[in-house]
Order: sequence, then structure tokens, then C-alpha cells
Amino acid sequence: MDNILSVLVFFPAIAGLLGFVVDKESARAYGITVAAIEFLLSLWLWFSFDMNNAGMQFVEMIPLIPDFGVNYYLGVDGISLFIIIMATLMTLIGMVSMSITENVKNMIITLLFLEMTMVGVFVALDAIIFYLFWELSLVPMLYIIGAWGGPLRVYASVKFFLYTFMGSLVMLVGMLFVAYVYHNLTGVWSFAITDWYALVLPVNYQLWLFAAFFLGFAIKVPMFPFHTWLPYAHGQAPTIGSVILAAVLLKMGTYGFVRFSLPMFPDASVMMITPIAIISIIMIIYTAMVAYAQKDIKQVIAYSSVSHMGIIMIGVFAMNSEGIGGSVFQMLSHGIVSGALFMLVGMIYDRRHTKLMSEFGGLASVMPKYAVIFGIMLMASVGLPLTIGFVGEFLVLLGFYQISPVMTVLAGTSIIIGAVYMLTVFKKTFFGPVTKEENKSLKDLNTKETWSLIPLVAIVVWLGVYPKPILEPINNSVNAMLVFMDEKAITPEAKEIIKVPQSVMKKEEVK
Amino acid sequence: MLEPIKVSLESLNLLTLAPMLLAIAGGLVILVLDLISDKLHKSLYVMLTILILIVDFGATIGLNVNERGFFDVMLIDGISIISQLLIIVASILFTPLALTSKRFHEYSYPEFFALFLFMVAGFQFMVASDNLILIFVGLETASLSLYTLIALHNRSNSYEAAVKYFTMGALAAGFFAMGSAVVYGMTGSIELYQVAQVLSARLSETGLMLAIFGSSVLLMVAFAFKLSLFPFHTWAPDVYEGASAPLAGYMAIVPKIAALVVSIRIFGMYIDLGVEWVRIMILILSVVTMTIANLMALVQEDVKRMLAYSSISHAGFIMAALALDTTEGTTSIFLYYALFMFTNLGAFAMLWISRHKVRRFNARFDHPYEKFAGFIHIMPMGAVIMALFMLSLAGVPPFSVFWGKIYVMQAAVNAGYVWLAIVMGLNSAISAYYYLKLIVYMFLKDPVKDVDTVYYNLSKPLMAVIGVATVATITAIFYVQPLISYLYYMISASGY
Repeated sequence: MDNILSVLVFFPAIAGLLGFVVDKESARAYGITVAAIEFLLSLWLWFSFDMNNAGMQFVEMIPLIPDFGVNYYLGVDGISLFIIIMATLMTLIGMVSMSITENVKNMIITLLFLEMTMVGVFVALDAIIFYLFWELSLVPMLYIIGAWGGPLRVYASVKFFLYTFMGSLVMLVGMLFVAYVYHNLTGVWSFAITDWYALVLPVNYQLWLFAAFFLGFAIKVPMFPFHTWLPYAHGQAPTIGSVILAAVLLKMGTYGFVRFSLPMFPDASVMMITPIAIISIIMIIYTAMVAYAQKDIKQVIAYSSVSHMGIIMIGVFAMNSEGIGGSVFQMLSHGIVSGALFMLVGMIYDRRHTKLMSEFGGLASVMPKYAVIFGIMLMASVGLPLTIGFVGEFLVLLGFYQISPVMTVLAGTSIIIGAVYMLTVFKKTFFGPVTKEENKSLKDLNTKETWSLIPLVAIVVWLGVYPKPILEPINNSVNAMLVFMDEKAITPEAKEIIKVPQSVMKKEEVK
Repeated sequence: MLEPIKVSLESLNLLTLAPMLLAIAGGLVILVLDLISDKLHKSLYVMLTILILIVDFGATIGLNVNERGFFDVMLIDGISIISQLLIIVASILFTPLALTSKRFHEYSYPEFFALFLFMVAGFQFMVASDNLILIFVGLETASLSLYTLIALHNRSNSYEAAVKYFTMGALAAGFFAMGSAVVYGMTGSIELYQVAQVLSARLSETGLMLAIFGSSVLLMVAFAFKLSLFPFHTWAPDVYEGASAPLAGYMAIVPKIAALVVSIRIFGMYIDLGVEWVRIMILILSVVTMTIANLMALVQEDVKRMLAYSSISHAGFIMAALALDTTEGTTSIFLYYALFMFTNLGAFAMLWISRHKVRRFNARFDHPYEKFAGFIHIMPMGAVIMALFMLSLAGVPPFSVFWGKIYVMQAAVNAGYVWLAIVMGLNSAISAYYYLKLIVYMFLKDPVKDVDTVYYNLSKPLMAVIGVATVATITAIFYVQPLISYLYYMISASGY
């Protein structure tokens, strides 16, 4: 099936449209079935993916507006493949564990449209198509937060929408400018990212364009100081909204850096390593401290999410195979772990209608299964060895060590501070005597909840022990990108810092 | 003794007049029908009007590019053909909105439809000439009909709107006449192509610059009134509010297309001659217009007034493309209006279906935001469609206005105005807020009171119009390509 990417993108959308006809009572089953089919399709994509090919695969191209250079242009490589699978997996699991009872049908339809936009962002190879899905993903999320959220939901959803919308419009101007430069040099209009890669831009252009794209991506990541929309969004969003937001939507920003900023502006990226690393370290340490000060479990996880996104950002700007590969891996691990943590918080909220730590205590004896799974996810979030979180964090720090040991040490404190706030949460919630009367009769996880979490636990352990099947294709594509960036860079500093991985150099020598 | 003037019929090239004459004849036929029998239903007149407009469309699309006719006062170039087509299409979409399920005063008069056709003819004259006098005549024919159409809505604030619009229009007409007089005074001609020749030959003369300054400022004021540019935009929200919703939607499109075409002819000529500050003046006006109108729209309590300010902002947005004076810039103007047309008429039609005879929600406004609270529970399909229109207006891809927006922004970037593109982008971000406000009310709030009659005025023809607008809004991505290539061809063929 050569057009599997189109199927992946439009299957959920068509299913969403047909979903209007499905009866309210059956909407949930319908949604889960569709999400499961979509997940199986994405697995099929994985199995038919050529692991040794570092370039774009399953490429589809249909001209849409040829006079303006806009094409329906899709493709997938090692970097985007697993993010797509993660997106379909988290949608499926989020839907299975969903506890919302009012307007389920609307929620299912919205989620299916959201799934289309998520997959679309990661497979788009045309900047306008990318932008299209990127912007469109805001609308369903706006509705999810605004319609099913907490008391401040309208404020939170509008803030989320406007913040991201503003940043991406500046990015759009950047895209139009790149297209203009491309047209000037070649005489052809094109918005294809792969065409843009071939552009060698002067350094000052690179810096301006880097800034334009940065604004769009940084707000989405969200990087300090643009992170203020995130705690509101998480605080007000229903569980399913938080899960998707943390697991997939935030990854769009970091993915954008890897897909656009690095290969298109290698020199500017190298120049911006220090400022971005400083922002990221502020983000890591500051938000970790803020997380420690929270009383609400969900807010702790929201802020820890920002902190972990800082690690991913540092890895992206390490400019070597370990760093970028590690941060792509960390995107997956953060998606799964924080998604699971938000689901766990949602489960306790459904039982007690509060998320305050002070309301709990001693839950380990009342809800043993819940405590175990929470513990595993928490360890993975902190980055304990043999869990998925360790692999990514270790590789990122290893990669960035080659740039600056001092900053790496500072970034490494995230593990310590992370352990501090996460273990505090764990202690306050699960250990000690059961102080509140209401907590004594809490029911442990039911079958639905258990079975929606077990696959995630399995993945956390599996990839923590043996990450190779995932890391290898990621590294293949990352290495190819680095070689390409190294060739393309025009300043000597950039050539020096962008490390062509040794394995690639050896292969070239053999040839 | 005077020589008898001999004119051969071929040299008149009467075909160039055919579209306008058809519309006028159609209007007269409607009046005659009314004389014969006064018991005819409005649906007859609506259908007749549509048929006449379709014939008008056919006559226009068949015209040859770059012809002159009727003593050379008619100019049929690319932009006059495409603007006439846009005007006719918008009018065809507008007409069936008369077939509401409730009876509204104005449509019971056949004169409404006759005046409407005269107005269309007036706009067609305005865009199909480069003779300042004929432009003026066309402008006044159209405007006078339009004032009457507004007043026919028969509400106290419709009269207010009509009188306000009339006063402003008269003032603008005065400025236009004075500006034209200065042009005539300095060049001895009122044909713009001759004006351009004279000016380019004498551009170095001292004193001419002063005359150019005088004429361009006077003409700019006249068109700023018509295009509702800052600081001459203040009439627009009141007039839109007083007019019936479909007419307000129509006024946001058709008169503006006509005024933009004339602006392209006049100010494009000045910019081509190298009068750089005309460009700067237009840029400043457009940037200030889009920003101020956006900020004003943020604080509106009435959806119709919000849409009025939003259309002022869109007009400012598109005016900036005029200053670029490139083929792409001019193409983007028409592309933008072609795409904006469906969404905007659709949005105003959605207001129209919720129009009550009395104000049930608010003593001051017809369409306060509260009216749409919880619309998703009352009429899910309507809420989704209205939300689509709002997202499209905000410039969310892949809906129609987004393609217009990026084409304008791309034209700005290509002409070297990256800052302008950024200002446009930021303005779109501001505008997203007030469009979202309506979406928030519709989707995220609970209905206020006796909600069963929000879609009070709905009828099959209205549904059809809204359906067409919705389809055109959603599927824009598929027809943008042929549209761009047609517009680009027509515009470059006429040398803009």
C-alpha cells in the first residue's frame, strides 16, 4: 500500500464524519474501534518501513496549487515514524480509559479529527500542508478544553488558542519568505521542505528566519518564557485533553525544530546553541522548582512536563547523533510517560474529585495496583535506569556534554530535582497512614483502567531495557540529517560543531 | 456651421455595454410587471432577478479582453471583466436571501429588485471605464440605489443608517468631483490613460507635484469613505447595523470591489508614475485601518457590529495589496475578495436566519453574543457552519480566506515588504480573538432563554445559499489553483 500515509491521515477524519450518524450510546465503541484500526495501520506502516533507508519513505505528491508551489506532499522517515505511532497509540489508549460521560459522541468525533491533524503534522513534507494541520489541530483542542474542562476552561482554551495562533502566524511569514527566496534562486515556486533543504542561505537571512520559526515552535513546546499557557491548559483540560496535549501536541514544537530549523538553518542553529541552551536550562530548573511548590498533583505533572521538554530542547541543539537521536527518543518516552501520569491523575480525580495532594495519603494500602503503576511511571519520568525515561535523558546529556560540560551538569540537575518533587508526590499520596475517611473505601483500578495502563507499562519497561529497534531507525535518519547539515553549513564554526557521526564516516571510508 | 458627426455602429462596439444594459432592462421589466399586476409574489421577482443576473454573467464572461467601446469611454480590460464577474456572482448569492420564512417589509416591493439591478449596473459602469465622469455616474447610480435599499428595511435605525450613509456618500462624491477637477485642470483630460501620458511627459515640471498631491489626496479621501478606511470608517458599523443582515454582508463586498478597481486605476497610475508617497499614504492608511478596526471589533457586544468592524479590517488588509503595485498584488486583491465573498455572505446569512422582528435578547442590539450562547445544543449544524465561517475569517487553514491571506502576504513578501506581512500576520492573530469569542459563545456556553426560535427566519432558499457558501469555504483548496491562474492571466493581460 503505497498511499498508506494518506490513509493514516484521512481515515480518522472520514470516520469522524461518519461518526455523526452513529448512535450516542454506541459512539464510544465506535471511537475505540476506529482508533484501534488507525493504530494497527500505523503498526503496519512500521513493519513495511525500510529500516536501512534514512530518507523519506512512502512519499506521495499531488499538486494542489502548482502556480503557488503548494503540493499535497507526504512522507515519513525514522524521526517521524515513531511519533506517529505514539500519537495513534495514545489516542487509542486515551479513548479506552476515557471517563467522560456527557456528550461522549461529540468528544469522540473531536478526538478523531484531532487525530487526523496530529498525524498530518508529522507526515507533511510541504510547509503549507504542515501549517494547515498545525493550525487545524488547535480547533479540536480548543473545543476539548473549553467544553469539558474545569471552571476556568474558557479562559484556558482561548489562551491556548491565541498564544499558539500568534506564534504560528509569524512562522507563516517566515515560510512565505523562504518560498520567496527559493523562487528568486530557482524561478520555481515551492513549499516542499525537501526542496527548501537544498537552499543555502546567507547567515543573516538564516538568523531572521530562525527567529520567525523559533517563535512558532517555541510557543508550542512551550519554552520559557512562553510556557504560561500550558499550566492553565493542563489545569483546566479534562484528562483526555491533557493526555493528548502532553503526549502529542507539545511534540509538534520540538519536531518542528528537528524538521525545519536544524536542516534549513544549520549556521543559525549553531549560533543559537548557547542562548537556547540557557533558556532550556532555566526552563528545566525553574519549572522543576515550580513543580515542587505545587499542591495539585496534575499541576506537578504539568510543570514536570515543561521541565522535560527542556531536556528535549537541549538534545535537539546538541548537534550530534546522540543528542538529536536521544531527544527524538525522549519525545516518545515523555509522550508515553506523561500521558500515563495524566491518565493516572485523572483516575484518582474521578474517584475523589480532587487532585490536591493534601487530600490523599496512604493510598498504597488502599489501591495497591494503582500505586504500583503510578510508581513505575514516576520512576520512568524521573529517569531511572531500565525505564524508558533513562535512555532518552542519558543520550541527550551525553550528546550535550560535547558542547558544554557545565551546562550539561546544570541540565542534569533536572534528574535530581525531578526525583525530589516526584518522590514528594509519591510520599504524600501513597505512603503513611490513611488519614482521610473518604480514602479508606477507594476502589482500586478496574479492568478497563488496568488494561489501558498495562500496555504503557510494558512499553516503558521494554524500551527501557532494549531500545535498539526504535533507536536504530531514528539514528539512521538523524545521522543522514547531520551529514547533510555538515555539508550545507557555510561558517567554519558550524562545520566544526555539527558532528558527523563516526559510524557514517567509517562507512564512507570503506566506500 | 457645425459638421454633422458621423459615427459608424461598429466603432461604438455596443457589446461592451451589453452587460449593464441587460441589468437595466431587467430592472425595467420588473417595474413593468408590477404595473401590469400588483399581486405577484416576491419569489417571482427573486427568480427573475437571478435569471437576469445569470444572463448578465454570460454577457460579461464573453467579452474580449482589452477592448474599448462607446466613444472610447468603456474600457473592457482584465480587471473590469473579473470585477464585474465577482459583482454579479455576489449579487446572485445575495438575491435568494429575500426568500425568508418571515415577511420582511422591503421585499414586498418589486422596486427593491429593480433598484438592486440598477445598482448592479451602476457598479458595472464604475469598474468598466477609465473615464472619470462615467466612473462618477456609475458610482452615484449605484450609491443612490443602495441608500434606498437600506432605508427600505423600514426600521428606525435603517433610516438613520441610510441618511448617515447618504450624507457620507454625498461628501465623498464631492471630494471625488473636486479631485477629478484637479486632474482635469492639470492635464486637460478626464481619460485616465491620457492623464497618465500627459503626467509622465510633464512629471519634472515644478508645481505639477503640488497638483498631483491635491488630486490624489482628494481622491483618496473619496475612496477612503467608500472603502471605509481609517479615519473615514466611522459610518460603517452604524450603517451595517441599520441595514438588513444580507445587505450588510453585500455592502462589505460589492461596493468595495468596485471602489478598489477604481483605486487600482487611479492610484496604481500614480504609483506607476513614481509618485512614491501615494504608496506610503496607502500603506499607512491600510495598516492603521486594519489595526484600529481589529481593536474596535474586540470590544463589540453585537455580532453584526463585530462583523462590520471585521470587514473594515479586511478592507484595510486588502488595501495594502494595492500599494504593492505588482501583478501578484493586484491578483491577490481579487483572489481575496473572491474567497472572502462566500464566507462573509455566509456569515451574514447566518445572522439573517436568526433575525427576529423584535429584539428579544437585548434592548439595544439585534444580534448580541448572548443570542448565540449554546447554539450547538439548539442547532448543531448551524453552529458548526457558523464556526466554520468564523475560522475562515480568522484565517485558519484550509478554509477559503486563509488562501487569500497567504497570497496577499506572499505578494507583500515578494515586493520586499516583509514588515507588512508580519503586521498582517499579527493582525490576523488579534482578529482571531473576536471570532473565537463567538465560537466560545456557541460551543462552550449554555443557552440563555427561550432558545427554540434562534433560527426563526430559516427557509429552504436560505439553506441553499448557506450551503453553497459552506461548500465554497471548505473546498477552497481545490479551486484556488484555477482561480489564481484565471485571475493572474486576466490581470497580466491588461497590464497591471
